[in-house]
Amino acid sequence: MKWSRRDVIKGLGGLPIVGAVWWAGAVAGSEKGRKRSEILEQLNITPSLPSPVPAVTGDPIKIGIIGFGIRGQQLCRALGYATKAWLADMAQLAQENPKHTALADFKAQEKLNVRMAGVCDVFDVRAQMALDSFESDDNPIKRYRTYTEMIRSGEIDAVVIATPDHWHAPMAIEALNHNVHAYVEKPMTHTISETYALRDAARKSKALLMVGHQHRQTLSFKTAQDIVQKGTLGHVSLIQTNTNRNDDNGAWNYDIHEQANEGTIDWEQFLGNAPEVPFNKNHFFRWRKWWAYGSGLSGDLMTHDYDRLNCVLNMGIPNAVFASGGIYTHNDGRNVPDVLNVNMEFPDFSTGSSQKKGKEKGMTFVYSATLGNGFGRPTILMGHDATMELGNRLTVWPDGRSTRYADMLEAEKMHPRTPIYQYDPAANMPDAISSATSQYFADKGLMWTYINGKKVDSTFLHMREWLSATRNGGTLSCGIDEGFDEAIAAHMAGVSFKLGRRIEWDPKTETIIPIEGVDFDEVLLNR
Amino acid sequence: MARIDQNLYLKNSVVLLRLFIGWHFLYEAVIKLYNPDWTAFGYLATAQGPLRGFYVALTNESLIGTVDMLNTFTLLFVGLTLTLGIFEKWGAFAGIGILALYYLAHPPFPGAIQMNVEGNYWFVNKILIELIACAIILLYPTGRYFGLGHLFQPEQKTLKTENP
Repeated sequence: MKWSRRDVIKGLGGLPIVGAVWWAGAVAGSEKGRKRSEILEQLNITPSLPSPVPAVTGDPIKIGIIGFGIRGQQLCRALGYATKAWLADMAQLAQENPKHTALADFKAQEKLNVRMAGVCDVFDVRAQMALDSFESDDNPIKRYRTYTEMIRSGEIDAVVIATPDHWHAPMAIEALNHNVHAYVEKPMTHTISETYALRDAARKSKALLMVGHQHRQTLSFKTAQDIVQKGTLGHVSLIQTNTNRNDDNGAWNYDIHEQANEGTIDWEQFLGNAPEVPFNKNHFFRWRKWWAYGSGLSGDLMTHDYDRLNCVLNMGIPNAVFASGGIYTHNDGRNVPDVLNVNMEFPDFSTGSSQKKGKEKGMTFVYSATLGNGFGRPTILMGHDATMELGNRLTVWPDGRSTRYADMLEAEKMHPRTPIYQYDPAANMPDAISSATSQYFADKGLMWTYINGKKVDSTFLHMREWLSATRNGGTLSCGIDEGFDEAIAAHMAGVSFKLGRRIEWDPKTETIIPIEGVDFDEVLLNR
Repeated sequence: MARIDQNLYLKNSVVLLRLFIGWHFLYEAVIKLYNPDWTAFGYLATAQGPLRGFYVALTNESLIGTVDMLNTFTLLFVGLTLTLGIFEKWGAFAGIGILALYYLAHPPFPGAIQMNVEGNYWFVNKILIELIACAIILLYPTGRYFGLGHLFQPEQKTLKTENP
């Protein structure tokens, strides 16, 4: 075959295109890979899985649940016990929307070696619901009229306390004094004096106390610890945390049960150490709205944010707290604020510095909350070298004026608007989350974590760690020391809000610096 | 209607179409080939539409490596055959297949979230259009007119006398 010049041009015309495209693609492709590995190499961040805990062997741990309300029921589900009503509701939701995975997730949850042995709730309907749902031939369950009766029965190894805040410490102390393990919801205590009393009880007891800040189990928080420890952010001078809610549920206006009355609710027992008031359904179901039973935004929601950051930074109790706010969005008879701003000062704290020694030290933690707007303000850690957004997702942006990344910014290998690190274990698993309030918690990384691409309830992991430690030993992610920090910080904020004054902490004596003529606990509880 | 092989402008346009599609595929392939960190994981894991389960299953740790490799080599095959103008029917066929997979992974159906797209689409998007363009390449191969095919199997220039 003889090829003319024209034939050759027509035949090989595609070759130069292949050559050019190949060259361009090879340059761009390897550049992309190189830039990424250079940044990752410099950052050296290793997302870590939570350390596995040894299983609970032997006889099942006998659990008593105290308080079977919204949170109590969630905690029982984490233990593997769901009410019949919830199972039916979730089956219905899954049928309506295949993306609703709550039921499937619950069924896929690892079974813990526990037995639900007792329930204590002052509302007959809820106690009965627990009995109806959990009682079977091989799982007898007993209703106890009082928590003391349950704790002293000798038939309960561990109690889960999901009551109003003013009952947390008395119940936990009672349990620890009787060497019954206790899992207590946040805030750990309702007053300052209770915080010390509970710490004493926990230190003396053979039983273990776990405080219910389950986000400590979330993968992204463990990764965030690594990011901060490696100096990725440089010196963090400001942390901004927020609560943004705009619905009745988020403002604690929960449903009032139709069967609630003086005959079905043990009102005296509900009140406990709270001021004597006549039977009031509003107080019973919506107790978070009054200081007598709840702890306001500072105890109820700021504690989440404070502990989230204390888990990542381990910054401890602030040297000083100043808070202000008011009842601006839900003037419905409540006496806790619905708008609150808290500034916490940590003048001696540092996450490390990339600049001249001694130039950077000290940090302010800002908590800003409203129950009248749902705009999702993220949690932001602002460092000299980088900014980190912290939630279930993690994103790190380099700062345009960073010292550490100056060379890479100069060489345009980094850009302030392009994240240098992103961690989103949930990106691949869009799911339907039922309410605005649960979305609020999910966004903060308080509900779920993702292990090997599988969605796991962080409360489950938290309880599993506690239960495992009761049998096998081991350290707790959120034991009495972490709980002590959380409770004191919350109470300082509460007192500051009420007095309109700066409240200071003396780390040497581990006491709040007194103000003459002021009883802090009285301030916290009254009005 | 003009027959494509009789209309030189049309024929040259199809050649250009073929070269550009080849170019597009080739560049995508080479970029992936030279970036060892590249993976289809995110694209597959965020898949939507009726075949979501299938795509998510491909992200399985034991599969994703093979999936990534197959994707790159399919792109490379389509890119080379269409640019060089040889085995282009096979290339166009593979192109249709892989574009259909892309289309169905993130179908521009009403209700589906449009991720990483620069425009607005309703059922028809650029992937679908490129898929149809591949169908044209498949039906009207031009490699024997412009491409390696020309050297080995030059097209018969007897068309002018074909008319009855």
